Amino acid sequence: MSTTATSPVPGQPQQGKPQPDKNRRQAESAKPVTWKLPVTLSVLATVAFIFFGLLGPQATAKFGVSSGGDFFQLPAIEVPAFLSGIVLSLILLGLAGYALVLKARQNQRPPRWLPAVFTVVFVVAFLIWVVGGARTPSISLAGLLAGSVTLAVPIVFGSLSGVLCERAGVVNIAIEGQLLGGAFTAALVASLTHNPYLGLLAAAVAGALVSMVLALFSIKYVVNQIIVGVVLNVLVSGLTGFLFTTVMQSDPEKYNSPGELPNIEIPVLSGIPVIGPILFKQSVVGYLMYVAVIVIWIGLFKTKWGLRVRAVGEHPQAADTLGIKVNATRFWNVTIGGAVAGIGGSFFTLVAIDSFTKEISGGRGFIALAAMILGRWNPIGAFFAALLFGFADNLQSIVTIIGTPVPSQFMAMLPYVVTVFAVAGLVGRSRPPAADGIPYVKG
Amino acid sequence: MSENTEPRENTGPRRAAAPDPDRIRAAQATDVEPEPLEDDADFVTSLDTAGGAHQPSAVPVSTQSGALPGAPEEESLLRKIFTGNGIVTILAVLLALILGGFLIAATDEVVGKTAGYFFARPTDFFTAVWSASTRSYVALFQGAVFNPRGTGAVGQFSPLMETLTIATPLITAGLGVALAFRAGLFNIGAQGQIIMAGILASWVGFALHLPLGLHLLLVLVAGVIGGAVWGGIVGVLKARTGAHEVIVTIMLNYIALYFLRYLLDTDLFQRPGADTPISPIVDPSAAYPLLFGSQYRLHLGFLLAIAATVFVWWLLNRSTIGFEFRAVGANPKAALTAGINVSRATILVMTIAGGLAGLAGVAQVAGTEKVLTDGVAATYGFDAITVALLGRSSPWGTFAAGLLFGAFRAGAVQMQIQTGTPIDIVLVVQSLIVLFIAAPPLVRAIFGLNPRKKKAATAGKTKQAAITGGAA
Repeated sequence: MSTTATSPVPGQPQQGKPQPDKNRRQAESAKPVTWKLPVTLSVLATVAFIFFGLLGPQATAKFGVSSGGDFFQLPAIEVPAFLSGIVLSLILLGLAGYALVLKARQNQRPPRWLPAVFTVVFVVAFLIWVVGGARTPSISLAGLLAGSVTLAVPIVFGSLSGVLCERAGVVNIAIEGQLLGGAFTAALVASLTHNPYLGLLAAAVAGALVSMVLALFSIKYVVNQIIVGVVLNVLVSGLTGFLFTTVMQSDPEKYNSPGELPNIEIPVLSGIPVIGPILFKQSVVGYLMYVAVIVIWIGLFKTKWGLRVRAVGEHPQAADTLGIKVNATRFWNVTIGGAVAGIGGSFFTLVAIDSFTKEISGGRGFIALAAMILGRWNPIGAFFAALLFGFADNLQSIVTIIGTPVPSQFMAMLPYVVTVFAVAGLVGRSRPPAADGIPYVKG
Repeated sequence: MSENTEPRENTGPRRAAAPDPDRIRAAQATDVEPEPLEDDADFVTSLDTAGGAHQPSAVPVSTQSGALPGAPEEESLLRKIFTGNGIVTILAVLLALILGGFLIAATDEVVGKTAGYFFARPTDFFTAVWSASTRSYVALFQGAVFNPRGTGAVGQFSPLMETLTIATPLITAGLGVALAFRAGLFNIGAQGQIIMAGILASWVGFALHLPLGLHLLLVLVAGVIGGAVWGGIVGVLKARTGAHEVIVTIMLNYIALYFLRYLLDTDLFQRPGADTPISPIVDPSAAYPLLFGSQYRLHLGFLLAIAATVFVWWLLNRSTIGFEFRAVGANPKAALTAGINVSRATILVMTIAGGLAGLAGVAQVAGTEKVLTDGVAATYGFDAITVALLGRSSPWGTFAAGLLFGAFRAGAVQMQIQTGTPIDIVLVVQSLIVLFIAAPPLVRAIFGLNPRKKKAATAGKTKQAAITGGAA
């Protein structure tokens, strides 16, 4: 089963101008310029114009920038909600119109920056609209962003796991299971050893073990990778639930009190408004997240190893011909991916909450999957996509507190709706690694 | 598959369905272990006659090996996974139960104590392991099929009725997943489809007040439409934009869940005067009639599940549309070349799959629960995936798998009450079964059944065909 159907729509004009890409296969699948993106953008821009603009609240939205610990204070930003709603949605309409014109006149894709800018403007307009319509139209921007990063940590790790696996050509639906396995093991080991750092290590091992089952079944036994992933999630959920009830609940003091990883503050730097708390006031897991994103990005795109991994994921036969051990590469990549996700899982039990409960990962593995796709199988893209999801998650809880006209359930729904839109339209240009999900059988 | 293997193929898969855990352990202890298992054909018969424990299922052989009529024997990868052989199914269930037993034993207190003096008296340890795991499985069986200690016939058979009640949504949702599988689509979205069906069905059930008969019919139609629309969205997105159905269905599950939570917060759906998110009870005229009186929960939905199974069997094996579905599933490019409208087939199959899952939602709202809560779908939508996988995506296989997992779920409740073994063990066993079934070589290797050991090449060939049910 390939991951995405790239069959050209019948009747679609096969537009001639070849892409400057060296890869012929890529050029082929990327050739037809579709209406998807311009149309999606237009719909979203219209929605923004009607709701954020015309029906926008008349209040003034207030965004606190500084928090108490900062070493200098900035004044809060105050925005008239109605006016800015109109202005921003007009910008959105302009961007969408530009994309439409490009498609209609020259049959060209919009430039790369356009969807990104569109997303940012849309989010800002949305934020002002939500805050402006609230009972107390004032939130702390710094708190919102810092909270978003915190909530995004496990999602980032999960999506990195997905990137590592899928770049090597193995679909990883088992991210949820890896996170959950990591969370459970971290809690158990940290409780038994009274050392959260050992828990962190054990979480990586647990995630890697879950991944090894995925690798074993999908590579050695050539079982469909999506099936293995789905089933592994159930297996890990059952195993951790079973052991939680039988072992952890028999003596929570002994088995389920892992203690917390401390927040490490970097002096001076952590006092910078807004970005200080985000970058320099994190737990070990939080810092590891930044390190992992950068290391995996460099590894995949700037090293020999990464070139080989991507070759295995794109064209395993060619890679094999050149002497790369395809299945071994896949096996180890999947294993490393699992370890990364396991570390992300430890965030639940060692940083966020200091004990394990059933299903503590709460579906974030699936969001991580979405983040990976939204981030176009790129570690940095996945990182920002995960941040977007963390942002929505955090906004939802803040909005419930400040009281907005939007029901909190719709806020919670938002990331998923965005993902559906994204896979249907916005990421139309991106494609998964060519051999993603296809097992490689030599000979 | 050659003619001479046909009869054996019949015996293999037919015995595969609904093995009961208790008897299997007995069979494993007496028959299987002492056998050297060199000769596969003998092994087939030895397990077949294992105390006559395994009821034959009505699975037609033609649906078990999902080959297209007139198609060459070479099969797609997907088909290889979803079809296979009966013997591996039995062994996989067995192996999963054994591993589950180890897990139960490993966390048992008595086992822990006896392990402390293992070298002094190892028998104690093994007795403890045996009794810990069998006690749980006996309780599971009693809670799922027949409870000899029940009061009267009603009490004794109530576990079986409970199993059938729980199996009802599993079967219909499982059929939805299986149907999509056959068209090469991974429908992870049964959960969301059940929820949307539950929303519409319950609203018709409690908000409209219509005459008997018409009301229930409308509830049914509303639910099926709800599921079908939610499934159809996936089909449309897949066909029109190429959006991957796994991602879309997962996302739609969450969207449906939050939508449900929102609705249960509104005046439209929340029961007047209730603090908790719960809907009013559906009208009696909107509820499924009970099949065996008020002492059991078993309702009309179970008969509809049987009807749905027949429908899916007919659809897949006897209708043109079903042929197109299977053709698209086997090879979309070839199907397109052959003039099949792949987009149309994709949209249609997801719509029907959603409708089937919607039937599960109706069964919950109009049959078992009679109200709408945010747990209306429980985990039926996800269990449906394992049900479909275990049933190898054949309608009757899914039916049998639904019964088996229904039995697991019903029995697990009793097991937890009686022995304290958590329900989660069922998840472990279920997922292990599916994992093992998906990898027949692993199971064969564990049981020493690898076809490499064949003595004579020709004889070996025939036997292997028997083992794999002609599908490998």
